[in-house]
This record gives sequence, structure tokens and C-alpha cells, in this order.
Amino acid sequence: MKNKYSIFSLIKNALSGHENWQRAWRDPEPKKEYDVIIIGGGGHGLATAYYLAKKHKLTNIAVVEKGWIGGGNTGRNTTIIRSNYLWDASAGLYDHALKIWEGLSQELNYNVMFSQRGVMNLAHNLQDVRDLKRRTHANRLNGVDAVWLSTEEVKKFCPIINTSPNIRYPVLGGTLQKRAGTARHDAVAWGYARGADSMGVDIIQNCEVKGIKRNGDQVEGIETTKGFIKSKKIGVVAAGHSSVIANMAGIRLPLESKPLQALVSEPVKPIIDTVVMSNAVHAYVSQSDKGELVIGAGTDSYVSYSQKGSHNIVEETLRAILELYPIFSRMKMLRQWGGIVDICPDASPIISKTQIKGLYFNCGWGTGGFKATPGSGDLFAHTIANDEPHQLNAAFNLNRFVSGDLVDEHGAAAVAH
Amino acid sequence: MFIINCPYCGERDQTEFSCGGEAHIERPKQPTELSDDQWAEYLFMRKNIKGVQFERWNHAHGCRKWFNIIRDTSNDNIHAVYKMGEKPPVK
Repeated sequence: MKNKYSIFSLIKNALSGHENWQRAWRDPEPKKEYDVIIIGGGGHGLATAYYLAKKHKLTNIAVVEKGWIGGGNTGRNTTIIRSNYLWDASAGLYDHALKIWEGLSQELNYNVMFSQRGVMNLAHNLQDVRDLKRRTHANRLNGVDAVWLSTEEVKKFCPIINTSPNIRYPVLGGTLQKRAGTARHDAVAWGYARGADSMGVDIIQNCEVKGIKRNGDQVEGIETTKGFIKSKKIGVVAAGHSSVIANMAGIRLPLESKPLQALVSEPVKPIIDTVVMSNAVHAYVSQSDKGELVIGAGTDSYVSYSQKGSHNIVEETLRAILELYPIFSRMKMLRQWGGIVDICPDASPIISKTQIKGLYFNCGWGTGGFKATPGSGDLFAHTIANDEPHQLNAAFNLNRFVSGDLVDEHGAAAVAH
Repeated sequence: MFIINCPYCGERDQTEFSCGGEAHIERPKQPTELSDDQWAEYLFMRKNIKGVQFERWNHAHGCRKWFNIIRDTSNDNIHAVYKMGEKPPVK
């Protein structure tokens, strides 16, 4: 059992020079066999293991991770959390996650720094206005909070935005989801890891999967750099590398992996206390608690696993940012990086069984998976434990690409994919 | 971001080109006889290889011609460029 983090444990450990903190999770060698193996130790994978142990009482679980936990897209995203999606299925999925976020720090006894500072989506042309108003109505019908803001209200909510009618893409209004916001991305992975570990889940880092062993239509286990590990149930949560794992199992997925970039500026005093996104000019920005501007750029248009993006993508994003926020014109950017995102043709995720018994995939989150981390883990755990999807992820099955029941969020999502 | 050697125009910056995805996916000869599974394979399923991949590219801001590229997606190195209709060079 883990010691509880509290003000008292903080004082106690401060007095002993912070040298006696208990390890947050163990570093075990893999056992020969597990009831469930999760491939991928990012937020989604660790959350899956956590809910498998907590809700479904399966504790003989391993999470195998090629590098270190939270070192992939969990540590590379811009930490935005929202649930203002257009379609019913998406609203159900993302709002389920948002509801878990609202109590997550307490549940995990780990401060994930969830901050409901609001997310504002800007409209720059008449079609944007129509689309965003339609989305506001759809959100409210689905019980997701959303309001439409006029240009003046946008300016009032975020005074540093340039609302002049004379800019190339003037701000004609926007939507606001007040329950939306940001969280500390690393803490999400660490909190779930600590929670899962305390229930007996083995988190095995530096363990790369090299092959999936099948016996006919049933999975038998995985070949790894730490040897063969047996399991009748394998959940793959490998984001940009999902197709690589699928290839090992001999199946194909409807995914393309592309670099998505983000960048942060030098830290400055508080200047923007919300998240502002713009689909049309593709720029979104928030400010971290350290004071850095966190800026999201777009994806490259070609498949690449190189974990770096093209310079022109960054240039386009910064151009848009500067037109909307002239006040940032002399900010210096400190760091830029890329993550590999797996994009589905309909820009919606896959949380699904496959044609192989015991092999499950949670992938296709594309450019916006972080926000769904708790809900994704919860629903994927349900799918693995029961061998059937939960009603909230039933629409996000692999078969939709055969039946044609796509959940087309490409144009409907708040940011271009 | 990299340099692409267009078979018609020579070396140009990648930003002049647009990527048309995986190459050599054959259009169904008898679309009316395809099952839903075969349609899904044709339309949506991709190899999405980490490593050497065959792709179609278009010189969108140049000669606007289509051609093929063999590119390593793990490091963006281009191994070969060949015209539409040509057989991929043997590696």
C-alpha cells in the first residue's frame, strides 16, 4: 500500500531532507504470464491498467513500455482538455473523460493540476460562425456546456486578442466551454502509474515489444527485449506506433502516422488565463503554470515516424499567433518538438476488439488524445475485461470502416486535424 | 522537411509538394462486385510503415505532375524517385 500524499507527509519529508519518500512505483522484472498485458506506458495505457485493477478486479497485469512511462505523446501534447465535440458519440466519449478529470486528483491522491480555465474556439468567417453555433447547440443538447460569444465578448474574456476588423482573418465571435481547461500531462501518467502499481500492476519500462505470438485466431503472448511474456489478452495503446504493432500481429489498421508539433516560449508573467484555439488559422495557445506560452501547431501532410516536424508548419502557426496576439511579437520560443500521432480517416479514435481473439486496440486519437486519457482508460478496461465494448465506446469500433458508420469529426472538431 | 528530386523539375523543397499517401493501391476493376470488407481494405486500411515506404507525391506548386517516391519514414531519407507507370527500382 502506498503512503498517502498530504500536507503532513510533505512536512514530515521536508524535515528529513526529502530523502525518505516512498517509491511511487516499483521496477519489477516481467513474470512469465499475465492475465492482461498492456502495450504502451503512456497516459491511456496506464489508465487502462488502473481501471482494470480498480473496477474489474484484475490485478495480474503488466504494462510494457519501450522507453519510460509518459515519454511519448503523453509528455508531448499541449495539455488541452475539452469535450465540445459535435456528434453524439463523441460528446458522450469526451464528456465521460471530462467528468472523470473533475475528480481525478482526489481519486488518485496525486495532483494532476486540472485547471478549468475554459477553452475558447474562434470563428473567422461566416462558415466558422455557422459551424460553431451549430456545435454550441449540439453540445447543449448533449448536456455539454457551451456558449456563443460575440466579438466584444471574446475581447472581454481574453483582452489580448486583436479583434480589429482589419486583420486578414478577423475574429467574428467564438464559443466557450467553461468546464474545459488544462492539466499537468506528466502528472497524469505518474498518478495512474502510482495508482496501478499500488494495486499490483507491474510497470515494465525499457521493454520493447518485438513480436506478437498468435495461435490461429487467438493471441498467446508477446516477444520483448526482456523475453517472451505469455498472456491471452493484449491491449495495444501505442499511439503513433499502433500500425507497427498491428503489423506484428498480421493485421492492418486505417491509420496514418504523422508528426505533430508544439512549442513553448520563454516564461513570462501571467498574460493569458484561458485556452484559445482557432481552427481556421490553425493556432492555439495557453500559458503554463511556469509562465511559458504553450503553442500547438499542425501536422505534416506525409507519414513520418521521425518525431520532428517541418519548419514551415511552425512558421505558419506563429504567423497566425502574431496576427491574433500582436503583444507576443517579441517573445522568444524556447523549445520545439514533435510527436507521432495516429490519425483515422474520420479523425475519431478506435477503442475496439479486433478479428484476433484477445487482441484489443486503443488508437487513432490523432491530434487530440490527451483530453480523453481517463475516459479512454476506463472504456478500454471495460472492453478488455468484458470482451465487449461499453455503450460509450461502441461506436468507436474497427468495423465502422466496413459498415460505413463513421464518426466524422474532421471538420467538426474544434481544431483542424 | 526535406528536398525532393522531382523527375521533371529537379531538386525542390518539400513544401512545394503534396503527399498523396501510399502508392500502388490498385483501383478495383469491378467496383460493383466488391464486398464491404474489400471496400474497407481499399479505401481505409493502410500499411503505414515505419521504414521504407512507397508513396505518391505531387509537385503541387511546380509542374503539378504526379510521381512515386521510396522514402524511409523513420528518418525521412529518400531512396528513389520514379515516374508514374514505371516499375519501382529494385532495392
